[in-house]
Formats: sequence, C-alpha cells, structure tokens
Amino acid sequence: MGVWGGVYPEYEIARNADRCVVCRVCERQCANEAHEYIPEINKMAADDAKCVNCHRCVALCPTRALKIVKSGNTYKENMNWTEKTINEIYKQADTGGVLLSSMGNPEPYPIYFDKLTLNASQVTNPSIDPLREPMETRIFLGAKPNAIERDENGKLKNNLPPQLKLTMPMMFAAMSYGAISYNAHESLARAAEELGVFYNTGEGGLHEDFYRYGKNTIVQVASGRFGVHKEYLNAGMAVEIKMGQGAKPGIGGHLPGAKIVADVSRTRMIPEGADAISPAPHHDIYSIEDLRQLVYSLKETTEYQKPVIVKIAAVHNVAAIASGIARSGADIIALDGFRGGTGAAPTRIRDCVGIPIELALAGVDTRLREEGIRDRVSIVASGGIRSSTDIFKAIALGADCVYLGTAALMALGCHLCRSCQAGKCNWGIATQTPELVKRLNPNIGYKRLVNLMRAWQHEIEEMMGGMGINSIEALKGNRLALRGVGLNEKELAILGVKHAGE
Amino acid sequence: MIQEGQARIPSGCAISGIFSKSGERFSGADIIQSITVMHDRSNGLGGGFAAYGVYPEYKDYYAFHLFYDNQQAQKECEDFLHRHFDIANCSEIPTKRTEGVTDAPLIWRYFGAPHTTRLSASQLDEREYVAKCVFRINGSYPGAYVFSSGKNMGVFKGVGFPEDIARFYMLDTYEGHCFTAHGRYPTNTPGWWGGAHPFALLDYSVVHNGEISSYDANRRAIEMYGYKCDLLTDTEVIAYIIDYLHRKKGLTFWEIAQVIAAPFWQTIETMPEEERQTHEYLRSMFSSQLITGPFSIIAGFEGGMMALNDRLKLRSMVVGEKGDRVYISSEEAAIRVIEPDLDRIWSPKGGELVLVNLEGGTA
Repeated sequence: MGVWGGVYPEYEIARNADRCVVCRVCERQCANEAHEYIPEINKMAADDAKCVNCHRCVALCPTRALKIVKSGNTYKENMNWTEKTINEIYKQADTGGVLLSSMGNPEPYPIYFDKLTLNASQVTNPSIDPLREPMETRIFLGAKPNAIERDENGKLKNNLPPQLKLTMPMMFAAMSYGAISYNAHESLARAAEELGVFYNTGEGGLHEDFYRYGKNTIVQVASGRFGVHKEYLNAGMAVEIKMGQGAKPGIGGHLPGAKIVADVSRTRMIPEGADAISPAPHHDIYSIEDLRQLVYSLKETTEYQKPVIVKIAAVHNVAAIASGIARSGADIIALDGFRGGTGAAPTRIRDCVGIPIELALAGVDTRLREEGIRDRVSIVASGGIRSSTDIFKAIALGADCVYLGTAALMALGCHLCRSCQAGKCNWGIATQTPELVKRLNPNIGYKRLVNLMRAWQHEIEEMMGGMGINSIEALKGNRLALRGVGLNEKELAILGVKHAGE
Repeated sequence: MIQEGQARIPSGCAISGIFSKSGERFSGADIIQSITVMHDRSNGLGGGFAAYGVYPEYKDYYAFHLFYDNQQAQKECEDFLHRHFDIANCSEIPTKRTEGVTDAPLIWRYFGAPHTTRLSASQLDEREYVAKCVFRINGSYPGAYVFSSGKNMGVFKGVGFPEDIARFYMLDTYEGHCFTAHGRYPTNTPGWWGGAHPFALLDYSVVHNGEISSYDANRRAIEMYGYKCDLLTDTEVIAYIIDYLHRKKGLTFWEIAQVIAAPFWQTIETMPEEERQTHEYLRSMFSSQLITGPFSIIAGFEGGMMALNDRLKLRSMVVGEKGDRVYISSEEAAIRVIEPDLDRIWSPKGGELVLVNLEGGTA
C-alpha cells in the first residue's frame, strides 16, 4: 500500500547529526540492517522500516546520538479503526498470512495487580525491621500428605513426597533452548544455582553442558517431546508437563528450521534445519484420565523421586481444570496467565485468548480450598509478573511461588521489541545466530539475574516486615493483606479481597 | 455498625492462668485477683475465664454453655440439643446482677452425652460429632451461641471488665485445678458476649494477647479442614489450629509449638541432623499453621495447660512456680499479687513452649 511496500513504520530512528561520530557501531550491531553507512557523504542513514525498536543501537551508541521515537504518522483518527487495526489489515492483505507476534499480551486489559494495595502494621501490632530480625522467604513446593506417621518410638517419620526447596518464592519460567540461546540458558542455570532456586528447560531438551546444573533444574515435557529421554527426566529436580502456555492457550509451537542449528538439533533429537512443531494437544492426553497416566509414567521413570508439575494456561474454566489436576497425582500446578511471554504466537491468540493471572490464581486457590485439596498441590503463578509487588500480591492471593520469564529476559538485556519470532535478537537472547548469541555474556548475564532476584527478595522482605510478617508462609493466601482500589463487586468477589476503606 | 463476626477486630489484652499440677482444686478467687491487677490492659469490652475441673459430678458429660438472644432461639436450639444428645441436666447458669455488666443474654448450661444411635450413624468419633454439633448451632441457629463445650470444664465470659464478669458469674464459688483469664482491649465497641474470650472448642480453650499478622492465611487454611471462623478473631483461629493439630493430626503440644511458633531457619540450620529434619518436616508439612505477629497465649486442655509466645516475643509473658502451682501471666505483678513468695519466676523466650500437665494425667 505504498511505493515503499508494507505500512508506514510506527517508529523512527532519530539520529542527532551533531553527536554522531560515524563510528558505525549501530550498523554493526543491527542484525536487521536498519543502519547504513553512506561513504559518499561520510554519514549514517537509517531505514525505519527495518527497525524493530530493540534499542541495541541506542544502548551502544557511544555519543548517545540515537533514539527511537514514534514516527507520528497518523491515519485519519478513528476510535473504531485504529492505526493498529488498519495496519494489520494491510499486512494481511499483502501476505495472506496469520499475524505473528512475540512476548506477552500488550493490549490494555485491566492489570489487577495494579488495583491491589498492601497493608502495613500500625499501633495494634508492630512492624518488623528486616535489617534487625530474621525475615524468611524459604519455601517448599510439593504435595503434603493427609496424615503424619510415627515410627515405633513415636518419632515423626518423614512421609513427605519429594519437595522442591527454594530460598525465595521465584523461579525462572520455561524457555526452551532453541527459542532462546545457549548463553541465555547458561545465564539462567547459573543464576538459579547461585540463588538456590530453579530454572526450567522449556520444551527443547537439556543441552549436555547443562546437566551439571541439575540440582537447580526443572525439565519440561511438552507435546513435541523434544529431547525427552530417561536421563533427561532424571537430570533435574522436578518434571513439568506443559499442557498449555498463557501466551497461546490451545495452540502448539513452531520453532522455525532456521533456529534448529547443530547443537539445538542434537539437544532436541530432531534433524538439523527441520521445523520443530509442537502439536496443540498432547496426542496421548485427550482427557484428564490420560493426564494422570502421563503423570504416573513420569513418576515411574523418575522412581517417585521428583515432583511432577502440570503447567496450564489460564483459561475460562481454569479452576475446574486445576481441581482435576490436583486429583491426578500432580504435585504442583503452574498457572500461566494471558500476559505470559512467548517466542512466537499468532497475534490474535496472544491478544484475545485466556484470562489474567490474578483472577485465575484467585479462582483456583479458592476452588481448591473449597474442595479441601489445596494441600495436595502447590501453585506456581506466572504470566505477567513484573515486580516484587506483583510477586507479593500473587502470594497473598494464594500462590506458593511465581515463575518469571519476561522479567528474567529483560535482566539479560531484552528490550521487549516483541520480534523474537524473527530469530534476529540483537541482544543475543532469542536467536541461534552465533555472532548474535555471543553478545550475551553469561558471566554478566547470570550476575544481572542474581541482582534482580536479590533486589526483589529484599523488597519482599521490606513489605513483609511492614505488615509484621516474618515468614513468607504467613503471607500465602493471606488476602486480608490486600485491598482493592477501583474494582467492582464482582472483581472483588473473585479476588476474595475487600475494597480499600472497608 | 459492623458487629463482631462481620469484620476483623484487633485487640490488645491481658491474660493469666493458674494450674495445680497435683490436681488440687482451688477456688476462682485467685484468678480473679490476678486479672484484676491488670485492669488497665482491658477496656471493659470483654472479660472471661476458663475453669477446668469444675464439674466433677458431671465429668463424663460434655458441658455446653450457651448464650441466647431470646427464648425463641433457645427453644429451637434446645430442640437440636435434645435431638443429638442425652441431656442429663440443664439449667440457667447462676449469675448475680453486677454493676458494669449490662445487656446480658440468656445464659444456659447443659450436660449432655451424644445419642448413641445418632453417633454411630454419623460414623464420626465422639469428639468430632460434638464439634460438628457446635459448629452447626453457631452457624445455623441465629441467636444461639455455644461458647463452651468440653468435659469437666467451662468458660464464663461476657462484655465488661474481667473482674466484673467474675462477680457476675460468681466465679469464686467454683473450684477447679486450672483457671485461665482474659481481659480484652478491642479497638472498637462490638459489645457482643460471644466475642469475649476465652474461646473454646471441646476441652481446648485459648486466651490470647496480640494481633497475629498471619491471620487470614491461617483462617483460610483452617476453614479448609471443616472449621468455620464465625468471629474473625485471632483467638478463634488459634484455638482451631490447636484443636486441628492436636486432636485431628495427633501432634504433641511440643510439636504444635514448633509449628505455630516455628524456630527460624537460621536456628534450625545449626541443630543436629535429626532435630533439623524434624523441624524441616513440621515447617514444611504444616506451613499454613505458622503464626506470625505478636501473641502470647495460654491454652487449657484436658489434663494440662500450655503457654507460648510468638517467635520474636513481641508480647510480655512471665511464668512463676510455687509448690505444685504454676502461674502464667502477661505481667509479673499479676502473679505476685496472689503468690509473692515464688520458688521460681522467668520469662520464656519467644517460641519456647511452657507445658504443664496433671501429675499422672493425660495430655
């Protein structure tokens, strides 16, 4: 729809000519080739249409000569036919294809975390200073048995099924090797090890170099069964069955052949260059009783030494599904809300399918308690956790722990340009191109992850202390710690919180 | 205005307890004297006592104490009681008109044993049957409220200063081997008698001073096991937790203390391996029963009494001993006033269990 092809770029590369020293860093750094050196005039030029707004050039420009701004090109204003809608139609009319996107749902749905405020102690009980008193964030994930058992001397027997022990209620979410790079995986694994938490292999198998981080690894089994074998299943501390993903509930996965390079191919156990297709359903799970079979197959394979996690996308009847999973032998349920990230998803699915994690989590926690089976499983919440307060609120709503995906990638340099599907991640994260991958230095990357998690842990401790809680268990499901602001009766009822002022 | 049970009401408090290890029975006069000293720790909006060993003539029957708002409520509730229990005796609890105690409800006492056929048809053990009946009345019979349901023990409580409540019930005319007392300082004016403390279920009674920050986590967890928190008070949830862990889960009182006022992980890490494993098991298994925030509690039960402070000791509590008597109170003065010459007096550390049992008794 124009002589330049496609639609007019939404963003524009703004270069301050006075500051530009023509060092050509931007040109070298841009895998999308948006920057170009014009020797005749010894100046840099840019093609805005190629720019994905990943900020790699901005961050590396030594003279701060670059910034990305909204191009400001507008159609005639229309509240119904927005610029985004119009552009999507032009794109699809050009290509006849499904719209693809990456990362989490960016649409302006309500963010319930932002409408919940926290309590603090005043007068009737004291707040606790985390700098002076112990503040405990250690948690255990796993099923709890119904009854205690004693030996012949009356001593308590440890009859707990296998538990995951974490120093803080946060883990790195499943992101496969293939979708993200070797260096990204190494960073996550090393950070998990240093922090005493877990990272998740995602569905792409486990690179042989990373078996040594097994004590801090959760291995995933997804519908494609890539890289799944007995040694793999026993390599980590838990096995996760991925039934769904918040970013694309009901949809499988498609890792393009271009990302199936030699190492990825070996790890996934599929031919080099072949597309890796994860079917939408598990073809051995068409109902809950089938899930139970897989749960127990995995437990048999791992000799009942590893808790089994079942990860589902937060969809409309999530509470009933979770209740079924809790009775299926699973030890942990991971709930993934519709803001969860992805390396690639059909845009319509990402933006319109599923429900917010806050409502899903509250609904599931309530339902499992009503049915008296909340102790049978731990709940991990994910999909849109952006800060320590989000974590805090998720736990108060009823989560045991959270998964962090997008936030972790941002610690590694991700600038949320939402173009992972192109495989040309300038930050070396969502790419398999060697020269891009090496831009992510795992020695720095893991340290940044550790920094972020430790900072959030400190903030959680401060908030706990403020409300007189010195152990994170006392926050779990403690919904009186929350008040809603600007929520209607129905929302409050689902969240199980009172309105501020009540 | 919002009444008790509709909102959570924080309270400050005074607590006191006296226990005779030999089981010697003594009058309620001592506990009255003790709690009276701490007059300023309550504000006249709630006082009460639990007395153990006071009904030896009916010791095999559950002693139900009930508040009724009116005779209609009484009639309906009595129908229920007669359907579920053989009532050996029922009478109004003797009271005396007392200045400072007003708006008293109808206060009745029933000694009953579960109907054998009903009990066996319910497929419940006897105590669970009784507990379920108590929940039923308190949840489904408006205007009727069971505030005491143990054997050979009774709770006496109401709205007023504790010393006035004691006069009202003529507590000094009762004799028992254990008394606990509570003076309440709630931060609003609910004025409902059921909201006073102690809070009791079966033979477990709790008096508590503090405001627990883990309240809603504890409440939502305990409600999953069939308890119904009608009062929304800390004491209620603590009583249920103790009942749950002791009666339903079979933990010892020492283990219960390790659950609700768990040692910090940094302390547990320094323990010998076997002990460390026990603590890790208890904290992991019963993580939702951990109680945080300030509390001092005295819990009475059949054959014993326990006291416990929160893990940081954010509320005062002292213990004194003299001969076979054990005294526990928010303030030393409240012990000295009845026994100035103590063999020993100390202040238990945060999370340190104080447990006294009847010699040769159960528990």
